[in-house]
Amino acid sequence: MKNRSLVSINDFSKEEYLKILDLASEFEKQPVQNILEGNVVATLFFEPSTRTRLSFESAVNRLGGRVIGFTDASSSSTSKGESLKDTIKTVANYSDLIVMRHPIEGSAKWASEVSSVPIINAGDGANQHPTQCLLDLYTIRQTQGRLDNLHIAFVGDLKYGRTVHSNVIALTQFDNITFHLVSPDELKLPSAVKMHIKKKNLNYYQYTDLKEVIPHLDVLYMTRIQRERFSDPIEYERVKNSYVLNNDMLDGSKDNLKILHPLPRVNEINEDVDSNPKAYYFEQALNGVFVRQAILASILGKK
Amino acid sequence: MEEPLRKELIVSAIENGTVIDHIPSTAVMRVMKILELEKSKNQVLFGMNLESRKFGKKGIIKVRDTFFEPIEINKIALVAPSASLTVIRDFKVVEKKMVEIPDFVAGFIKCFNPKCVTNHENVPTKFNVIDKIEIRLFCHYCEKITKKEHIQFI
Repeated sequence: MKNRSLVSINDFSKEEYLKILDLASEFEKQPVQNILEGNVVATLFFEPSTRTRLSFESAVNRLGGRVIGFTDASSSSTSKGESLKDTIKTVANYSDLIVMRHPIEGSAKWASEVSSVPIINAGDGANQHPTQCLLDLYTIRQTQGRLDNLHIAFVGDLKYGRTVHSNVIALTQFDNITFHLVSPDELKLPSAVKMHIKKKNLNYYQYTDLKEVIPHLDVLYMTRIQRERFSDPIEYERVKNSYVLNNDMLDGSKDNLKILHPLPRVNEINEDVDSNPKAYYFEQALNGVFVRQAILASILGKK
Repeated sequence: MEEPLRKELIVSAIENGTVIDHIPSTAVMRVMKILELEKSKNQVLFGMNLESRKFGKKGIIKVRDTFFEPIEINKIALVAPSASLTVIRDFKVVEKKMVEIPDFVAGFIKCFNPKCVTNHENVPTKFNVIDKIEIRLFCHYCEKITKKEHIQFI
């Protein structure tokens, strides 16, 4: 991966994902290593983020590198009308690698074509967020010991959720994954994503009720349902509580079940679940640091 | 030329150059634009609403002393999939073929996704043609699909 940009999860092979995950487990054992000393990483966040930006900055700091950047577009020359190309070409002069989040889809791809240093896409609108996908794969492997022969449920907004689309597509590269897709009818997984599952002859089942699926699962991946996605607000009111997980619903679930969520959560996981050992979303957020350390070290040629 | 004499009278024969025939009449101007013929220094003759046994009405373009590379000419297949191409040298047909839908198109089709970077920054569009029958274009940048019925030209 040396000097390559990481823009889309579709750009990489299964072997390349696995290499990153193996490297991430090295960083999990030894998170402080001075391998980026003398390197400058720019974090350009044209829209806000908590976990992604801070975990990237934490990853760079723990590896001994320095961080420059901005946390919203209003404090950059974008607010004066500078083009994305000019901003990227300028910042590339000041840094060895650029991490960027931008609300416009395809912006990271474009940046990677005009930049003289590698770009890591930390989210381009509703399109791609490959480092989230890799940290989710890492967390699944960490908790289950494997990335094949698993029953995985994705719950919530499966129509617009970029994280769900990337994860489903990435997981279709592994053997015997069964997908359980739980969503309101209005927010079902798009057929273009289902095509990836069918192409690999994997099984998927669609549900509108969360309760019935829980006993079968190894991984329960929750996502947020946003009110503004519904054309009919009455429909939202009707379904919103069907996709809220509480502790009682976990009775009868498998011992190895882990609950993941990309965060931020609003109310889709009741706080009474947090103390259940099956809740794993905060550990998942910690894994973001190790996986991003692995990505930074690979691209900068330090591992 | 194999065309009926009547049409030869309407759009005259050329000594050397390219004839693009069987263009839907409504697509003639678009084909001219895609091939940038409005900037051509050579003679360009065109006709619209000509009678055609196969198509009812058709358009034709004849460009003197101009020969197109396949990559260039195949761009027009998205607006004129039925177009045929005849290369003329010394008033003789030396090559005749149909246009083919290319694997890749760049620069002249707008991405359907309003949030795509190509609709916000000065970025030329690029698409992979993932379905040549239904015509579905996969955006190189935002990874969204523009379908035939949503194609708009830049």
